[in-house]
Amino acid sequence: MLTLIGVAVVVVGFALRINPLLVVTVAGIATGVAGGLDPVAIVSEFGRAFTENRYIGLVWLTLPVIGLLERGGLKERAQQLIGRVHGATTGRVLLLYLVIRQLTASIGLNALGGQAQMVRPLIAPMAEAAAETRYGALPEQTRYLIRAHAAGVDNIGVFFGEDIFLAMGSVLLIKGFLQQNGFELQPLTIAMWAIPTAVAVFVIHATRLLLLDRRLNKQLRGAGK
Amino acid sequence: MIGLQSVYILAGLLFSAIAVLEFLDRNNSQRVRKLIFWGIYGVTFLFGSVLPSFVTGCLVIAMVLVTGWKDLKRSDVHSVDETQRRASAERFGNRLLVPALLIPLVTFAGTLTLDKISIRGTPLVASRDVTLVSLGLSVLIAVIAALWLLKQRAGDSMHEGRRLTTAVGTVVVLPQLLAALGALFALAGVGDVVSGLVRDMIPVNLTFGVVAAYAIGMALFTMIMGNAFAAFPVMTAGVGLPLLVHLHGGNPAIVGAIGMLSGYCGTLMTPMAANFNIVPAALLELPDRNGVIKAQIPTGLMLLVVNILLLYLLAFRF
Repeated sequence: MLTLIGVAVVVVGFALRINPLLVVTVAGIATGVAGGLDPVAIVSEFGRAFTENRYIGLVWLTLPVIGLLERGGLKERAQQLIGRVHGATTGRVLLLYLVIRQLTASIGLNALGGQAQMVRPLIAPMAEAAAETRYGALPEQTRYLIRAHAAGVDNIGVFFGEDIFLAMGSVLLIKGFLQQNGFELQPLTIAMWAIPTAVAVFVIHATRLLLLDRRLNKQLRGAGK
Repeated sequence: MIGLQSVYILAGLLFSAIAVLEFLDRNNSQRVRKLIFWGIYGVTFLFGSVLPSFVTGCLVIAMVLVTGWKDLKRSDVHSVDETQRRASAERFGNRLLVPALLIPLVTFAGTLTLDKISIRGTPLVASRDVTLVSLGLSVLIAVIAALWLLKQRAGDSMHEGRRLTTAVGTVVVLPQLLAALGALFALAGVGDVVSGLVRDMIPVNLTFGVVAAYAIGMALFTMIMGNAFAAFPVMTAGVGLPLLVHLHGGNPAIVGAIGMLSGYCGTLMTPMAANFNIVPAALLELPDRNGVIKAQIPTGLMLLVVNILLLYLLAFRF
C-alpha cells in the first residue's frame, strides 16, 4: 500500500495547486523510496525515462512558425473567414472538426490535427469568431469555455478515431499483449470492435456540441445586440 | 540516414535559443532562473543520448527545482497589436493559411514516403522514426514559407517562438516528467497494488460486476498513470483475462478493444494526461488549468457507461 504514496502526493499537490513540476518530481522520488529503490536508481530511472520520452516535446518545434503566422494575422484571418460563412455557429464549427479529426485518425492520419498546430491557430479562433459574429463581443468566461471545447474536440476525435486504424499503437499493443497470453488475433479483429464505441462517442459529443450552441444562444442573445 | 537524433538537435537548438533570449531581455523577471530552466531542457535534447541517465536525472531535478514553489513568472514578450494583425490579415489573406497547413500536410506526405526511399540500400529514414522526422522536416519547410511570405527575418521566428513557448510556460516539460513518474510507478509495482485492490472489490461470479470493475478499473488506473497504454497490461492481466475471458468466457478481442477504450475515457478526465489536457489549457491561455478536463468530463463519463454496456452485451455473444 505504501507504494501508492506517489498517487497521494499527486492528488494532494494538484488539488492545492502547487507547481505541478515540483509535485510530480516529489511523487516520483517518494514512490521510488517507498518501493525500496536506492537514490541513485531513482534519479537514474527518472533521467532515463525523461530522455526516452523526449519525442513528446518535439511538438513544440511548431511554435516558432505558429507564432510568426499569428503575428502576420493568422487568427484574425481564420476569424474573418468564419464570419463570412452564413449559418456558422461555435457548435457546428467544432462538430465539423470532430468529423474530420475522427475520420482522418481512423485511417491513420493523426498528423492532420493537434493542439499546437491546429487548435490554437485555427480551430479555437474560428469557434470563437462564430459566436462573436452572432452575439458581438464575448464575455471572458464564454471565450474560455469555447476554447476548452475546441481542445476537447481535438482529443476526443483523435482518441476514438485512431483505435479503428489497424497499424496504430493501441491496436498493436492489444494484439501483442493477447499474443503473449496465448490468443492469436488479427489486428482487424481487434480494430473492428472499436467501431461501436467510436460511433457512440460521436453521437454523445455531437449532441453536447449542439447543446453548447443552445446554451450560448440562451446566455448571449439579448446581451449582445 | 536521417534519425530522430537530428530532430532532437533541432529541438535542443530551439530551447537553447529561448534560454538565451530569455536571459538577454533586460526587462524580463527571473532572468537567471529562466536561463537555467530552458537551458537544461535544451541540453536534455542536445546531449540526452550521450549523457548517463543519472546525470540527466540530476539535471532534470535541478531544472524542476529552479521553477520553485510557485512556478516561474510569465515573461512579457512584445509582439504586434491587434490593429496591425488585422491589417496584415487583410493584406495577406488566405495565403496566411498555407504555411500553417504545410505542417500537417508535409508531415503526412513524409510519413508515407520517407521510409520508402533508400540510398544505396539504406533507407533514408527508419520506419519507426518516420512520423517525427517528417514533423521536423515540415516545420523547417513551414518556417521558410512563412518567412518568405511575410518578409520577416529568421530572428523574428525565434522571437515569436519564445513568445509562444513562454506563454505555455514550464508546463512544456510536464508530459515528459509524468512519463518519468509512470516509469517509477511501474518499477515500484504500483500497478500490481491497484489491480489487486480492484480484484478484491469485485463480486467475481456476477458477470456484470466483473465487466463494470474491469472498465472502471481501466479508467481509474489510466487516470492515475495518465496513459491507457500503461494501465492496459496491468488491468488486463489482473482482471480482464483471468476473470472476464477465462472465468466467464468473454471474447478476448472485444475485452481488449473495449478495455483500452475505457482507459481512453479516463485519459479525458485526468490532469496526469498533461499533454492532452493541461498543456492545451496553457496553450489556449485558459486561466483554469483544468478547463479542458471540465469540458471533457461529461463525455468521458457517459462514454464509460456506454463501454460497460457494450462490453457486457458483446463480449459474451460473439
